[in-house]
Amino acid sequence: MIGTVQVSPGSTPKATERPPLPAVPVVIVEPTRFWVALDLRGLWAYRELLYFLTWRDVKVRYKQTLLGAAWAILQPLLTMLIFTLFFGQLAGVPSDGIPYPIFAYAGLLPWTFFSNSVTGSGNSLVGSSNLITKVYFPRMIIPSAAVTAGLVDFAIAFVVLIGLMIYYKITVTWTVLMLAPLTLLTTMLALGVGMWLSALNVKYRDIRYALPFLMQLWMFVSPIIYPVSMLPARWRWVLELNPLTGIISGFRAALLGRAFDWTALGISTGISLALLVYSAFSFRRMEKSFADIV
Amino acid sequence: MQPIIRVKNLGKRYRIGAREAAYSTLRESLVETLRAPLNRLRRNGASDDETIWALKDLNFEIMEGEVVGIIGRNGAGKTTLLKILSRITEPTTGRAELYGRVGSLLEVGTGFHPELTGRENVFLNGAILGMKKTEIESKFDEIVSFAEIEKFLDTPVKRYSSGMYVRLAFAVAAYLNPEILIVDEVLAVGDSAFQKKCLGKMQAVAGEGRTVLFVSHNMAAVQRLCTRAILLEDGKVIQDGPVQQVVLKYLDTGIEQRGERLWNDLTRAPGDEVVRLRAVRALNLSGQVANKFNTTEAFVVVLEFCVLAAGHQLSAAFYFYDESGNLIFVTGDFQSEAWNERTRPVGIHRSICHVPGNLLNEGNLSVLAGISTQPYTARAVEPDAITIQITDDYKPGGARGNLTREWPGGTVRPLMTWRFEFDPLSNSELGNS
Repeated sequence: MIGTVQVSPGSTPKATERPPLPAVPVVIVEPTRFWVALDLRGLWAYRELLYFLTWRDVKVRYKQTLLGAAWAILQPLLTMLIFTLFFGQLAGVPSDGIPYPIFAYAGLLPWTFFSNSVTGSGNSLVGSSNLITKVYFPRMIIPSAAVTAGLVDFAIAFVVLIGLMIYYKITVTWTVLMLAPLTLLTTMLALGVGMWLSALNVKYRDIRYALPFLMQLWMFVSPIIYPVSMLPARWRWVLELNPLTGIISGFRAALLGRAFDWTALGISTGISLALLVYSAFSFRRMEKSFADIV
Repeated sequence: MQPIIRVKNLGKRYRIGAREAAYSTLRESLVETLRAPLNRLRRNGASDDETIWALKDLNFEIMEGEVVGIIGRNGAGKTTLLKILSRITEPTTGRAELYGRVGSLLEVGTGFHPELTGRENVFLNGAILGMKKTEIESKFDEIVSFAEIEKFLDTPVKRYSSGMYVRLAFAVAAYLNPEILIVDEVLAVGDSAFQKKCLGKMQAVAGEGRTVLFVSHNMAAVQRLCTRAILLEDGKVIQDGPVQQVVLKYLDTGIEQRGERLWNDLTRAPGDEVVRLRAVRALNLSGQVANKFNTTEAFVVVLEFCVLAAGHQLSAAFYFYDESGNLIFVTGDFQSEAWNERTRPVGIHRSICHVPGNLLNEGNLSVLAGISTQPYTARAVEPDAITIQITDDYKPGGARGNLTREWPGGTVRPLMTWRFEFDPLSNSELGNS
């Protein structure tokens, strides 16, 4: 029984006065089978590390650069300006009755978040090889930190969107509330794709070179520069197979108070969820050899 | 009593082929599969010459509060064992049961980012090691004062000297308070004052009743900190018991006969196509192989080597190291004119070094034997070739004289010449009127 212990001055409590050991091991280290459990409890226990790694990425990025936080704004803003000039004005791409700048920016905002998060998390594991080989923590935190860092940039770029909305005198309706679940959906998709690619990258370093190319292609098959309505109705379903289509259309509908394309959103949600679940299990399966081959 | 760590049949296998090309490209994998599909299937069955077992069938238990040293040569599997217990890598066979929280220190400054300040890195590193934010905040002042960098807290770590960097990194880890602490060779950094501080802190941690697993090549540190030691070689437990015994066994291991190291198979001996080592021997003055000498005793160390190709100038050398790994001295046969400027003929050569008595202090010495060419290229080197034990039998005629107390220490114990002078004091100096 542990009651009050007489400790004479100058002596330290010894091991016998410590609480008894648990009957069940705290951790069992053994070879895992093919499919490994997700360890969500472990992830929750290390949630502070997610905050610190995100904070580190954001802080370091801003310390090293001249423009610092401005980069989060410049990327979507400048892209929007160039798109407006070349696609909106010169090429005359339609924009569903919305001024082209807003049309483009509303698409660029979630796109930039998605593409930067995926590229960042894709390279994150290989870039953190020093951590992976020396310390234990649930490895999923590494690509997740890249996604949350992207979320920070998203929040900053969002401020510009508010400015644009005011400039173009867009009235805000209840649909704006949908932005929250839409952002969540984009985050899930970014996490799903990023986690899977980051794990693959450890084994096949091609991924690092394939990523920029993949992202470029993906941008063109998403309705950022052009609206879905530009395609003949028969072929729109092809575009909707891309989960980003539903998300981007959803962003535009939410901001401008228009009708949502629930089918597209449904497809996006379904694919994103499935991808996230598959990616998580796949990551856990590949995790066991990270420290050995990174 | 229940152990806090229980290891059963633990094993870790690495594929050598896979290790050479740790990562591959898709193209390589595809080409490999197309070229030799059978090869890939065969390798998945793991043929022996393509894999190595870094650890094989480890079984041991550690009780709460024990401070255990894990020792062994490089490549014995010590770091692999620590990585498995720290959950960094997965075992291939067996299991380890841990009945307490583990904190691992496999490297100091893991995760330190050079652009962030000292203050920021304390939080980052603490979080990486598993401390909560509130925990780090409460211990922040102690960490900073242990590291002695109060003035430099807000400068980026890239501006720190290496000493400051290491002090800060160790300080954060020192205040990690897990139930099981696993430490890998981190005492090998920093100056001696800092090493003393680290050792002191680790002793304090051990004194609090925590379980500590300590890997080190520094036998002095291991003997100071640990009560028990486990000796690993080629991934297996060779010995597990009281630290003095196991350390002695470690220093002896690899010697076929005490005081002698032989290579019968030249193809496996250190060296190249020009020269190969054949034997390293320590002999007493009667010519018998021995490895225990008194401090006053002279002895002989012989390097026997086989020259396979003529036309090279070769020199033999011995490096004598003490128990802590400090280099005491180097001696080589180039100091004698005999073979300088001459090339060695093909055949078996013996370079015999006479080490005088009253030079070395008591302790266990490790001898590295090597052959090199001019301009300096090492051709055949065997670290830890033999171990020599110098003992103090309190014999007369040595530096000890008639002193009976324990010798204070020192890397060497030479017999020096002392002279004496005496001037009596006059009455006035004594203060007498």
